[in-house]
Amino acid sequence: MNAPLIATRGLYKRFGAVVAVDNVTVEIAPGETVGIIGANGAGKTTFVNIVTGYLKPDEGVILFRGVDITPMPPREVTRLGIRRSFQVAQLFPNLSVRDNALVALVCAEQTRPTPTTILRTPARLTQANKILARLGIEDFADRPTPELPQGQRKLLDIALAMVGRSAVLLLDEPTSGISANEKLQLMDLVMGAVAAEGAAVLFVEHDMEVVERYAPRVIAFYEGRVIADGVPAVVLADADVRRYVVGAELHRRAEGVRA
Amino acid sequence: MRTLVALAVLLAVLLVAGPLIPSWLVFLLTIAFAKALVVLGLLVMMRAGLVSFGQGLYYGLGAYAAGLTTNFFGITDAIALVALGGLVSAIAGYVLGFVMVRYREIFFAMLSLALSMILYGILVRSAALGSTDGFNLPQPSFFGFAVNGPAGRLLVYALTVVMATGTAMMLHRFVNSPAGVIGEAILTNEIRVEYLGTSVTGVLHLTYVIGATTAGLGGALIAIAAGHIDPDLAYWTTSGEFVFVAILSGIGHVAAPLLGMAVFEAIRSFAFQYAPYTWQMVVGISMLAVILFLPSGLWSLFAPRRRARGAA
Amino acid sequence: MQKFYVILVDGTIYFSWLFIVSMGLTLIYGVMKILNIAHGSFYALGAYTAAYAVGVYFAGHYPPVGSFLLLILAGIAVGGIVGFLVERGLLRPMYGRDEIVLVLVTYAAFLVFEDLIKLIWGVDPYFAYQPYELLGRVSIGGIAFAVYDIGLFALAVVIGIAAWWALERTRSGKLLRAVIHDREISTAMGINVPRMFTATFVIGAMLGALGGAITAPAISVVPGIGVDVIVLAFAVSIIGGLGSVAGAAIGALVVGLARAFAVHILPEAELFVIYGVMAIVLAFRPQGLFGRPSARKI
Repeated sequence: MNAPLIATRGLYKRFGAVVAVDNVTVEIAPGETVGIIGANGAGKTTFVNIVTGYLKPDEGVILFRGVDITPMPPREVTRLGIRRSFQVAQLFPNLSVRDNALVALVCAEQTRPTPTTILRTPARLTQANKILARLGIEDFADRPTPELPQGQRKLLDIALAMVGRSAVLLLDEPTSGISANEKLQLMDLVMGAVAAEGAAVLFVEHDMEVVERYAPRVIAFYEGRVIADGVPAVVLADADVRRYVVGAELHRRAEGVRA
Repeated sequence: MRTLVALAVLLAVLLVAGPLIPSWLVFLLTIAFAKALVVLGLLVMMRAGLVSFGQGLYYGLGAYAAGLTTNFFGITDAIALVALGGLVSAIAGYVLGFVMVRYREIFFAMLSLALSMILYGILVRSAALGSTDGFNLPQPSFFGFAVNGPAGRLLVYALTVVMATGTAMMLHRFVNSPAGVIGEAILTNEIRVEYLGTSVTGVLHLTYVIGATTAGLGGALIAIAAGHIDPDLAYWTTSGEFVFVAILSGIGHVAAPLLGMAVFEAIRSFAFQYAPYTWQMVVGISMLAVILFLPSGLWSLFAPRRRARGAA
Repeated sequence: MQKFYVILVDGTIYFSWLFIVSMGLTLIYGVMKILNIAHGSFYALGAYTAAYAVGVYFAGHYPPVGSFLLLILAGIAVGGIVGFLVERGLLRPMYGRDEIVLVLVTYAAFLVFEDLIKLIWGVDPYFAYQPYELLGRVSIGGIAFAVYDIGLFALAVVIGIAAWWALERTRSGKLLRAVIHDREISTAMGINVPRMFTATFVIGAMLGALGGAITAPAISVVPGIGVDVIVLAFAVSIIGGLGSVAGAAIGALVVGLARAFAVHILPEAELFVIYGVMAIVLAFRPQGLFGRPSARKI
C-alpha cells in the first residue's frame, strides 16, 4: 500500500460563527485524479486555500509525503510541487500574455529572482511559447492580457499553474465562466497536458457532467464536512449528496439523457 | 540594446559638450543629473508599486554623509564622497527596508514621508549640524588633485553625468531582468507571484534598496556640486518634487528621468530668474498640463506607448 | 507639576486648530480617497483672507466684537469658494485616474496657490492680532491663558460635536459614512456620489480655511505657512485613522500633546516626536487608531 502523496487530518477552520472546514480527513495517492463537488459555501475553495498555505487551519495538519506542511506559506508549498489555479483567473494585466508565462517560468526557475540578467532570452521565449501552446493559447502571446476572452483567461491561469514540476495540481473551478460547449474542450486540453506529467489532480467543479467524465473519484463537501468519497456512480447516487449538492431531479434527468 | 547605445551616445555628447557650453548650463545639467539619479531610483520603485513620498530621507543621508565626512574627516575626494553617500544610504535602505516592504500604497507613502520628516526634524534641531542653515563643503578633489574654478566644476559635471547615465544603463538591465519584471507583476498581483513560488518581500526589498542607493548617490553629488547642504534636502516638498518629476517624465523608460529632470530644472531656473513669485505656479501649471495631455509623461512624446510591455 | 499643566494647556490649544484642519483632510480622504495636498493652501488662504479682512475691519473702526464672527466667516467663505472651484474645475475631470495622479493634481494646485498668495498679498507678513489681544488674559490655577485660546478650544469642541451629530444623526451623514465605507456599493444603491464628493471637498476646504482663519490672530501670516501644516495634518489623520473624525480628534490631541511635551522638555525633539509617533502608529497599526483594516483578496 503506497503512502498517500498528500493527506489532511482533521482540518478545521472557522470564520467567526461560520465553520468553513469541519474535520476534513482525506488522502490522495500519487497520480490520482479527484473531483471535488459541493454547493457554494460548502468549503471547497477554503479547503484549497488551506492546503496551499494561504489560510492556516485552526486545527488539523496537512501532510505531503509524510511531512507536515501546515505552517508553510503558499510560496513554499508551491516549491514543493503543489500548485493551484484560481476560481477567478489571477493574471498580470499589465503584462502581455507571453510575459505572464515568462514570469511563471522564471519564478519556477530561480529561487531568488536575479536583477542582473536578461529575462527575455531566446531560450526562455521559446519555452514560454511552449507553455502557452500546451493549452492552445499561443496565438495570444503578444496580446495585452486584458484583451483575452474569458475562456482563454482561465486557460492562461491554468497554464501558469502548470509551469514547473508538479506533484499535485489543484484546479479551482477550471470551467466556471466557460460556455457549456467549450467546457469539455478545455478539460480535454488540461487533462491531456496533465496526464503527461503524472501529477495528481484535484479539481473543484460544479458541472456534474465534467465530474463524471474526468474524475474516477469524487469527494463531496457540505457545510465544511466531507459527506461522501468514492467512485462517481456511488457518490452521485448517495442520498445526502443528492439532497445537498446535486439535486435529485437534475441527476435523474442527466441519467435519462445518457441512457 | 538600442537603449544602451543611445545612453552611451548621450554620455559621449554630454562629456564632449561640457567644455563648450556656458558655465551656467554646466551647473544646471550637473544639478539636473544629480537629482535625476533620485528619480531613477523612484522609477524602479514605482514600477513595482512602491510610491515613496520620502526619498528625501536617502537624498539627505547621502548629502550629509558626504558633507560631514569632508568637514570632519577632511576627505575631499569627490568619488570617495559619492561612494560613501551611496553606501550610507544603501545600508539605511537595507535596514529600513525590512519594515518598509510590509506596507503598500498610501501607507507605504505615508511611512516613507514620516521617516524623511524624522530626519528633517533631527537635522533642523541639531545645532552641531548647523540646524536650518546647514553648512558648506570645501572644493572637492579628484585623485588627490584639488581642482578649482571652472575646471573643478567641469570635473564634477563629468562625474555626475557619468554616474547618472551609468546608473540609467544598469537600471535598464534591471528593468528587463527577472527581478525587474517580477516587480511589475507584483504591482498588479502579489498573491499570484507568491503562488508562483517567489517571495514578494524579497523582490521589493531589493527594489527598495536600489531606490535608496541611487537617492544617496544623488544627494552626495548635489552636496558636492552645490557646495552646500541643509535640512531642506529631507523636507517633504523635496521628496514630492522627485515623485512629481517621475510622473512628469514617465516611468516607462530609464532615459525618461534624465530628460524630465533636465526639463524641470530648466523650467525652474528660467521661471525663478524672470518671475520669482510665479515659478512655483509655472511648475504647477506645467504639471497639470502634462497630467492632462501626456498621461504617460513627457517620454511619450518620443516613444508612443506600445500595446504590451516589451524590452525597451 | 506646573510644567505638566503648561504642557497640557499648550497641547490642548495646539489640538484645537489642528483638529479642525485635520478633520477636513481626513474627511476628504475618507470619502474621495484623495490625499489633498492643497489642504495646506486652504489653511493659508483662510489665514490670509481673515488677516486681511480683520485689518480692513479695524481700520474701518467697526465694533471690535464683530471681528470674531468676521474671522469665521472669512475662513468659511474663502474655503467654500476655492474648494468648490478646485473640486469642480480640477478634480472632477480627473476622477477616473489613478489615486497617485489625483494626489499630484492637488500638489500642482498647492504650488499654484503658494504663488497666487504671494501675488495677491505680497511677501510681507500680515498681523491680525487685534481679536487675540482684545479678549485679554485670564488666570486659572496659576497659569495665564489667553481667553482667545479658550475660545479656540470651545470652537473645536463645538465643531467636533456638530460633525459627530451630522455624521451619526442626519440622513446625509449616514450617506456620507456609506460612501466612506464602500464607494462602489454606494453608487449601486443610488447615492449621488459626485454630489457627495463636491459637498465633502467643499466642507473639507472650509474646515481647512477655518483652521487658518482662527489661527491668524495668533501668528504672523507669511508665505509658506501652509507647507508645514499639511504634513502635520497628514500625521494627525494617519494616527487617528484616515476617514475618521474621532480619529482626527485623537490624532490632533496626541500630536498636540507630543509637541507640547517636546517643546517644554526637550526642544530638539519637537519634530522628531511628531513624526516618530506617526511612524510608530503606521508601523504597528497602519489603519490608525480608529481606522478599519482592509479586507484580503482571494
